[in-house]
Amino acid sequence: MASKPLVSIVSAGLSKFGRREGMLCRELFAEATQEAVNRCPNLNPIKDVEALFVGHMGESYEHQGHTGPTLADWTGLLPKPAIRIESACASSGSALRMGILAILSGLHNVVMVGGVEKMTHRTTAEVTEFLAMASDMPFEQWNGITFPGLYALMATAHMNKYGTTEEQMARVAVKNHHNGSLNPKAHMQQEITVEKAMESMKVAEPLKLYDCSLITDGASCLILTRPDIAKKFTDTPVQIVGSGQASDTIGLYERETLTSLKAAKLAGQEAYKMAGVSPKDLDVVEVHDCFTIAEILAYEDLGFCDIGKGGKLVEEGVTELGGRLPVNPSGGLKSKGHPVGATGTAQAYEIYLQLTGQAEKRQVEGAEMGLSHNVGGSGATASVHIYRRD
Amino acid sequence: MSEERAFTVSSFYEFVNEKRLMAAKCNKCGAVLLPPKPMCTHCLSTNLKWSELEGSGKLLSYTVIHVAPEQFQSLVPYIVGIVEFDRGLRLPGMIRDVDPKEIRVGMNLNIGFESSSSSKWPAWSRYFFRPI
Repeated sequence: MASKPLVSIVSAGLSKFGRREGMLCRELFAEATQEAVNRCPNLNPIKDVEALFVGHMGESYEHQGHTGPTLADWTGLLPKPAIRIESACASSGSALRMGILAILSGLHNVVMVGGVEKMTHRTTAEVTEFLAMASDMPFEQWNGITFPGLYALMATAHMNKYGTTEEQMARVAVKNHHNGSLNPKAHMQQEITVEKAMESMKVAEPLKLYDCSLITDGASCLILTRPDIAKKFTDTPVQIVGSGQASDTIGLYERETLTSLKAAKLAGQEAYKMAGVSPKDLDVVEVHDCFTIAEILAYEDLGFCDIGKGGKLVEEGVTELGGRLPVNPSGGLKSKGHPVGATGTAQAYEIYLQLTGQAEKRQVEGAEMGLSHNVGGSGATASVHIYRRD
Repeated sequence: MSEERAFTVSSFYEFVNEKRLMAAKCNKCGAVLLPPKPMCTHCLSTNLKWSELEGSGKLLSYTVIHVAPEQFQSLVPYIVGIVEFDRGLRLPGMIRDVDPKEIRVGMNLNIGFESSSSSKWPAWSRYFFRPI
């Protein structure tokens, strides 16, 4: 428990997630940064923030590349270096990692990390095509395998090998929709039932509409500092004590197994080791539930249960609010929404709120140690971060 | 002189156009690479040769796609899966001539080939799978 912090989070911001008509990425990102600035009156971003690392997956949505300086311009951070990081749906988890490295290198004392995506102005067919770009082009995309299709292949394999059921997957959706109903910034603040999830439209069998995360607009950001100067900015910093990241083959078909994400497993192991903690030390967790099966795989890859028992874990209520280890109190990608580039730091934002006691109706009482798990594509990128209350 | 083709994805699809399933084999460590890569990702050797595969394998996993990108919308619902050949080599692809109700993990499938007449990049020929 005495591991040295890598960096401190002194503030965090999140735009409202949802269908944000009339907004561009730059305006959504400005909304997130305004919250971070308002939370931290001792910080003057124009003077104090030395660099921006921002996760953003696709220039296709807005026909806008060169995202780094665009966002720095709209948030008053010019002429600070501003760099876009792309790792598909793990883009801002990677941006967070880059911000940590920038501080650990000694070059920077204070950096902003974040992410943004604006998606809902596009048709479902367009979004399906843009998201598929994060999969292997010459073999997966070329053969009409969609993103839900890749996770459906994992789900079929997991069901076949371990007996995981469609109902267990539906329970992940029900849990996360309940949590999202308690989060005023969530895209869909509405409860669903197992029956409703099971009866929803087929997307890629066995995955149905309610197994899939939402197409959402949103932005998120964190202000990171050297741990020894954090108290200059806030009395209640959150310490990042572990950071792990790993890569795997771009094609799902080339992986060692279809029933586990090796990159997530390795990233988790690295983060646990760095933090000097194990899964039983965690109080609250945000995992990358881009599809319900992904949350079940995350339980297993991060060591919350034995391999093959992820479906059982959700069935037993262990990961509900009030359970032994609440997972995705924010509502997760499933109900809070999944503006892909924004997701990694949006997860960190939730853990920041939880560990500083600001999560209101969805607060996990007395939470001291948290974890976030961000996955890119079908698992070619994964990052895991571990956080501790100061 | 098929053996002199570069170890690229384009070459793989040139072979597909000739109804052949070809992988790259490392002359140094013996690893077989499917898809072919310009260097052996196990030992980094560039001393490679083409090796033809049988083209029959077992279905590792599958899904029936109902929501597709524009290009594939006319085919919905269609089945895709991952097929494992000898030596653990795998490819994903469409599965034809099977009723979605009949498909199951572990079933035996054969590769099939289809020439392309498209003028649009990448204009590769296509392979697919069907029951033996």
